[in-house]
Amino acid sequence: MKINKKTIINVIIAVGVYAVVQGLISGGMLSRQMTSLIIPICVYVMMAVSLCLVVGFLGELSLGHAGFMSVGAYSGALFLTHTELPQLPAVLIALLIGGSAAAVFGLIIGVPVLRLKGDYLAIVTLGFGEIIKSIINFMTPITGGAKGLSKIPLYTTYRNFTFVFILTVVVVLLVSNIVRSRHGRAITSIRDNYIAAEAAGIPVSRYKIMTFVIAAFFAGVAGVVYAGNIGILKPVNFDYNTSIEILVMVVLGGMGNIKGSIVAAVILTALPEVLRGAADYRMLLYSIVLIALMLFNNSPIKRAFMDRRNMRQAGRLQKEGE
Amino acid sequence: MDLVNSILEQLINGLRTGSIYALIALGYTMVYGIAKMINFAHGDIIMVGAYALYVFVGLLGLHPVIAVLLTIVVCSVLGITIEKVAYKPLRNATPLAVLITAIGVSYLLQNLSLLIFKATPIPFGSIIRVPSVKVGSLNISGITIVTLVVTTVSMIALTLFINKSKAGRAMRAVSEDKGAAELMGVNVNQTISLTFAIGSALAAVAGILFISQYETLLPTMGALPGIKAFVAAVLGGIGSIPGAMLGGIILGIIESLSKAYISTQLADAIVFGILVIVLLVKPSGLLGKLKIEKV
Repeated sequence: MKINKKTIINVIIAVGVYAVVQGLISGGMLSRQMTSLIIPICVYVMMAVSLCLVVGFLGELSLGHAGFMSVGAYSGALFLTHTELPQLPAVLIALLIGGSAAAVFGLIIGVPVLRLKGDYLAIVTLGFGEIIKSIINFMTPITGGAKGLSKIPLYTTYRNFTFVFILTVVVVLLVSNIVRSRHGRAITSIRDNYIAAEAAGIPVSRYKIMTFVIAAFFAGVAGVVYAGNIGILKPVNFDYNTSIEILVMVVLGGMGNIKGSIVAAVILTALPEVLRGAADYRMLLYSIVLIALMLFNNSPIKRAFMDRRNMRQAGRLQKEGE
Repeated sequence: MDLVNSILEQLINGLRTGSIYALIALGYTMVYGIAKMINFAHGDIIMVGAYALYVFVGLLGLHPVIAVLLTIVVCSVLGITIEKVAYKPLRNATPLAVLITAIGVSYLLQNLSLLIFKATPIPFGSIIRVPSVKVGSLNISGITIVTLVVTTVSMIALTLFINKSKAGRAMRAVSEDKGAAELMGVNVNQTISLTFAIGSALAAVAGILFISQYETLLPTMGALPGIKAFVAAVLGGIGSIPGAMLGGIILGIIESLSKAYISTQLADAIVFGILVIVLLVKPSGLLGKLKIEKV
């Protein structure tokens, strides 16, 4: 990674955010409600950024992201409850196990479906989420079924904020570096025109599956952190609604914009807690936001706005050239 | 003899659920054929149909026949409105944008009914009161008979409509080539609206049959049958009308057999497993045509 102004600013922002939050935690200035939000925000940032890779950069719609999260959460949590290792290595191995398990599922789902186009993937990933839920319910002796898997050691609560924060930053950095790499350019070229990409010699299917597996891996990692924060896992925590919530974050952040996804994830995780009274209307609001954003993005108003901006930019460039 | 009987019973159960799936799948397939999009909100129109019936019969106390007709009208109008407001402005947008909008609409319908009718399930007895029939040692319930008759009649009517009527011909023309159809003087907007109206009317009928069978109303009740019907449409070959019927019935039978003989909890997983296998082995479905992409 080249060190330029942008990188330095990003580092400053990251360190700043960390310092402020850590300061608030150790100063005891946060209410219990606020501290309970810190780790979920990190989890959702990881989820949104990883889904952004699939929806924003690959241009495929995945509606089963919560399914991958649940695979990661359950496998990581099962390891944590049965291991006798000290905390740090246990968490690290759990993260690896959770991520890998989710990645394996991503591969199983991705290989048959990604050879096909968009709509099918959306439905299959949606169905996959349901399959996972019913399998978790079916394997009651291991997963606790509908009653939930409890007594998971709380290794990733807000007391371990430093660790979770570093992990989140690493995930964000990895994703943004993938996007900026040669592979990332291949991925975005598939989104823009897969026929042209194929003609240019890019192995489309392989890249699609690769992206899908990477996103699943990070979703699994986020799942482990989630499990270590909440202590009890239930299949209902990972239903269709959760997947949609993450999708709304990605869409609201501007598809294909990692920073936007992060900001949207932070806001949408914190907002419901702040606006407790309007809880009933939250999901309704989400759906309206989804429709309105899509309509706006494709409306003549937006196109005129973009045209004007492009014209201005072109004019500026022309002036510079003179 | 007992085993044969129980298998026969499951087959009839499967035929009943399967024909409801087929009705829903028809809506998916018709809309896909014409608008080249998956109408994610289609499943929720079933839910709206069921709630509308509940309001008309349970709350307003209308005569069932009038209530059924009103329900069908409500759903058709809803289908047309959704198309006009949410999908029409996106006709030239990327498939991803259309898909996300459709999910948004589906979600909107679910949450609106959640706000209006609350999350607690509402019990609602069946409006179909037909005595059951005994064939040999087999007992066929009244609902099953009505379901089978209604779906068969709807399917025959639909097939005749699409193959014989002028509007049906326009539909086929638009689904084959929108631009060319427009040049030939077909009113594309009207045809698309008509497709949504018919699809939603079929979903309303499916919703009425569905609620007569399960007798409980839930805001999310349309989601799962909707998805399964989509699986049925893919299984039969999306865009193909006979395919949707065949796919629905096959899926219903598979589901009922696996519920009875394998595991209730895994039945859904098996249904989606079938979808994956179909996509792997024959992506165009049983009766679908594979499209070759031209640049």
